[in-house]
Amino acid sequence: MRNVLAVFRKELRSYFAAPLIYIVAAAFSGLCGYYFYTDLLHFITFGFGINIMENFWQLLFLDIRKFLLFCVPFITMRLFAEEKRLGTIELLFTYPLRDGEIFLGKFLAAVVAVVTLLAPTVLYPFLLNRVQPYPLLPVLTGYVGLLLLAIAFVSCGMFISALTESQVVAGVVTGGILFGLWAISWNEAALDPQSLQAMRAVSMFDHFQGFSIGVIDLRDVAYFAFTVLLFTHLTFRALEARTWRGRR
Amino acid sequence: MIEVRELTKFFGAVCAVDRASLSVARGEVVGLLGPNGSGKTTLMRVLTGFFPPTSGTARIDGLDVQTHSLAVRRKVGYVPEHVVLYPELPVRRFLRFAADAKGVPRARSRAAIDAVMAACGLVEMARRPIRKLSRGYRQRVAIAQALLNDPEVLILDEPTVGLDPRQTVEVRSLIRTLAGRCTVLLSTHILPEVSMLCGRVIIIDRGRIVAEDTAARLARRVEDVARTALRVAGPREQVIAALAGVSGVDRVEAVEEGTAPGAMTELVVVSREGDGVRQAIAALVVGRGWGLVELRPIEPTLEELFVRLLGSERQGAADA
Repeated sequence: MRNVLAVFRKELRSYFAAPLIYIVAAAFSGLCGYYFYTDLLHFITFGFGINIMENFWQLLFLDIRKFLLFCVPFITMRLFAEEKRLGTIELLFTYPLRDGEIFLGKFLAAVVAVVTLLAPTVLYPFLLNRVQPYPLLPVLTGYVGLLLLAIAFVSCGMFISALTESQVVAGVVTGGILFGLWAISWNEAALDPQSLQAMRAVSMFDHFQGFSIGVIDLRDVAYFAFTVLLFTHLTFRALEARTWRGRR
Repeated sequence: MIEVRELTKFFGAVCAVDRASLSVARGEVVGLLGPNGSGKTTLMRVLTGFFPPTSGTARIDGLDVQTHSLAVRRKVGYVPEHVVLYPELPVRRFLRFAADAKGVPRARSRAAIDAVMAACGLVEMARRPIRKLSRGYRQRVAIAQALLNDPEVLILDEPTVGLDPRQTVEVRSLIRTLAGRCTVLLSTHILPEVSMLCGRVIIIDRGRIVAEDTAARLARRVEDVARTALRVAGPREQVIAALAGVSGVDRVEAVEEGTAPGAMTELVVVSREGDGVRQAIAALVVGRGWGLVELRPIEPTLEELFVRLLGSERQGAADA
């Protein structure tokens, strides 16, 4: 536990000592704030102010989901790629740390960094609740969904970062994969019903839909859990590569 | 303390270390000497548990580096070749991470960090981010982190490369102070460094260990003649002729025509035996009324030794 904490603290310090996270957070907050405003206008003019979950929060959550897709790769790209490029990976792997401890420390730090991006948006539901009271619990469900989505994004980004020395490659590939998992079910006309069903089952974004209207479906939770486990497994295999490269 | 048996490491088809065996006793300071790309770093990375060997075994304090990796890593302090460290972390912060990662107990960690910072002369740099440190200070931080867990074995990969002369001297004296405390294996391609720091030298070339002995004994192994540098104020031809006549002298080599005023004659005298011949030479020069300006035994340099050892090794390989 102490080892995990050591890596976690170092990673967090590295995040907040560099300017990148502040730039990403500023862009993320700006976009969220703007869409909070426009979605609210939409809710008032076209939703006539009724059913706030479907006519407002759903729209906003789906927008935030998009911004997460673009912002998370910037957070995760450095995790292993930077250490490999700098050569500090050699220190990390020769300290008495297990791969699992290194992984967990980095993973938690990246999740905390993404939560820091999301944190300011928590103001919105309370702000609205002051103007016009409404049930907050379904909104909380939306946040649970965002958190699960963020964790899935981070685990994907971490795996890609473990594969390359280049942060740019890690960022671009992660963004590409996440975007692909969204776009996969877009073109309903091009797919027959069976394949569309299959694509929807794979699409990370379709599994978020329920959360955005306040529904927690166990299948969606299972999907995210499986995604995180899959990428975690792949990351461990990628880290292990150093032990079997050069074997005969 | 360090036991390596028939260790081989392949990268794809490239053999980086080829059936290397070596052993280092507790408290010894051993130099691993070889040209760039000879397998020094690979060997060290296996010892530190960074990656496993293709075949063969390496043990530190009786523990196999593969099967007891964590235990071995707790005993070893490692200074990698290209020290970049974490550029954004301040020195003290980085050392705290290293102490935590190495499992230095919380209660002792502050004192341990203070101690290594003092030992490495880093006290006034405590709050400075590593990226703002000079190359020499970064090297000290790298050594400081290696010392944090009071390692029984210290492995230093090219500890003085890229430092200016003053920093080199500082790092060397730092290593010398550590020598009593732990077993040290250091790699270098700077030859005088080995004779300065190490009790024993292991010479590695193209992945294979070609020689292993004390620096002085290795030198004697390839040098079986004594050579004496001589500067004499006197007529060149006569001096050479007279010296060739001294008993025991095999050869007199003129260095080059002196152009300086006073016509100094510079020579190298090669003889089978050293000190007796030198006394005879001195007596002869003074007896003839010439000026004896300099008389100095030429110690074989490690460079010469290295070239000869590798030369004969390669010759042997070519013959086989």
